[in-house]
Amino acid sequence: MEPGVEGARLHVERGDGATRLRAQGRWTVDGIAALAQAPAPALPDRGELVLDGGAVEALDTAGAWLLWRLIGGRAARLEGWRPGQAALLELVRRHGTASAPPPARPGRLARLGARAVRQAREAVSLVSFVGAVTLELARALARPRRLRLRLALEEVQHAGVEALPIVGLLAFLMGIVIAYQGGVQLRNYGANIFVADLVGLSVLREIAPLITAILLAGRSGSAYTAQIGTMQVTEEIDALRTLGLSPLEILVVPKVLGLMLALPLLTVYAGALGVGGGMIMAQWVLEVSPAAFLERFEQAIGLASYLVGVGKAPVFAAIIALVGCHRGFLAGASADSVGRQTTLSVVQAIFLIIVADAAFSVLFSRLGI
Amino acid sequence: MTGAGGEVVVSLRGIETRFGSQRVHAGIDLDVRRGEIFALVGGSGSGKTTLLRVMLLLHRPAAGRVTLLGREAARIGGHELPALRRRMGVLFQHDALFSGLSLLDNVLVPLREHTRLPRGLMREIALLKLALVGLGPETGPRLPEALSGGMRKRGALARALALDPELLFLDEPTAGLDPVTAAGFDELILRLRDSLGLTVVLVTHDLDTLMRIADRVALLADGRVAAVGTLDEVLASEDPAARRFFHGPRGLAARERAWSRA
Repeated sequence: MEPGVEGARLHVERGDGATRLRAQGRWTVDGIAALAQAPAPALPDRGELVLDGGAVEALDTAGAWLLWRLIGGRAARLEGWRPGQAALLELVRRHGTASAPPPARPGRLARLGARAVRQAREAVSLVSFVGAVTLELARALARPRRLRLRLALEEVQHAGVEALPIVGLLAFLMGIVIAYQGGVQLRNYGANIFVADLVGLSVLREIAPLITAILLAGRSGSAYTAQIGTMQVTEEIDALRTLGLSPLEILVVPKVLGLMLALPLLTVYAGALGVGGGMIMAQWVLEVSPAAFLERFEQAIGLASYLVGVGKAPVFAAIIALVGCHRGFLAGASADSVGRQTTLSVVQAIFLIIVADAAFSVLFSRLGI
Repeated sequence: MTGAGGEVVVSLRGIETRFGSQRVHAGIDLDVRRGEIFALVGGSGSGKTTLLRVMLLLHRPAAGRVTLLGREAARIGGHELPALRRRMGVLFQHDALFSGLSLLDNVLVPLREHTRLPRGLMREIALLKLALVGLGPETGPRLPEALSGGMRKRGALARALALDPELLFLDEPTAGLDPVTAAGFDELILRLRDSLGLTVVLVTHDLDTLMRIADRVALLADGRVAAVGTLDEVLASEDPAARRFFHGPRGLAARERAWSRA
């Protein structure tokens, strides 16, 4: 309410038979705040009520409702109101209802149960989604015309080529960090030259595939969820279905293929730049020349280490693409749910990538690679 | 209630708008008077919705003056704008209900943000607005996605009415509704105008709506106001664009329906 504007007031005048309620001031949504917070006036249980509106400056539906509420919904004679105001009071009286009880909130146990059921359902639906996409992929491979290579290559462009700068920079920096952190320890033992082993193994086997996959989960996985989720909201997915086209074939399979092609390539590139970063740092803090570094690198790092790193990449790519697309299809018809699913998509993809990475480690240690 | 000679609440003078090199309006002058239902009509692409957005101060015209409720838009400071906007309610073409909130919470948004009323009273006022547009309290907890198109429109109207605006803007209120629901919506607008004393500006394609509820009509064509006045005046207009618009096959049919009802 603006200063200087008079708020709504109600004076109770008890007479012999009738009680007169004199309303004053602005009975509008802005003017009634103070009166609404004050306790309701005490009214006699019996006798006629007269509502006098002669001194009311303005009335709207909120004010009219408050007035009826203050007299407890009792019948009252109107006096002194302008015709429009009397009609408004009548309208509000007819349509107003005492507050419906707020919707019952489920108890803690019920919420926990609902959550558990939802999680289980989502897990099952992810598994069946993976199955459906695999089938679709198999069908597409059987009839290569349905493979839509152009869309897959576009995906390589978006997820791969356009991610080169950021992936390269981060891998390079990680190489520097590892060479520095490990190099300080190696120097204590005079084992400077083994920095090549350290950088080579950690970057090629773990850092390059992981950092690339995590970046792409944030960069491309989220984009897949947002795209498919929005298409769901705007009924474009339904439009595809009614046109006799399979959303999986058009939207999901090309993304899976494209990412499975792009991520190994990016991993190779990230590995090269990471080792490069480590090499520069080795010369700087450990006085290991690039020539010595590369010589040791060749001896220490077998082809297996290299393949282990690159070999994980297609699995990570499949996780990112499948989780991203699946979350998109889970989005409901609201803007909120697209946002929520996008967040979940990134979190779930990174979680599954790290779980898969741990599983690989166990597997490789058993196989002795 | 034609509002002839009443106070002017929306005034446009010499409005020009353009998108890139394409000119949408080439000098529009219009006055909307208090208490009337004013309809903007015109073919697709004639700039009706853009003109509505100019009135709502959502689109700045390339030239011209907009005056709303006695205030000239160009001179309104940033801090005064919200206060002015509170006096106007808008029903967007695609209802624009917040999809993550229940219907009741949608109506409560402006009340919560702009007033300091007790929670219980706010809920009651929101339920009252829903009742005014013909929605029962059982629709309150439902999400917009769980409502039919007609109910969503009504819900969006309830949200537009939450703060008892003086001016109500409706963009294609009956588009996408079946004829029965559309007629009901027309009646609703008429009743709300009469009982709440609203001024209504509506953009419509619907000739039936026009015949039933509009006090005055402005026809936009080729970036100009081709005709303006009461429906009879506009129908009698000799302007070629007005003749094309109202005397086409669908215009005739709508007029026949309106006459047979009368």
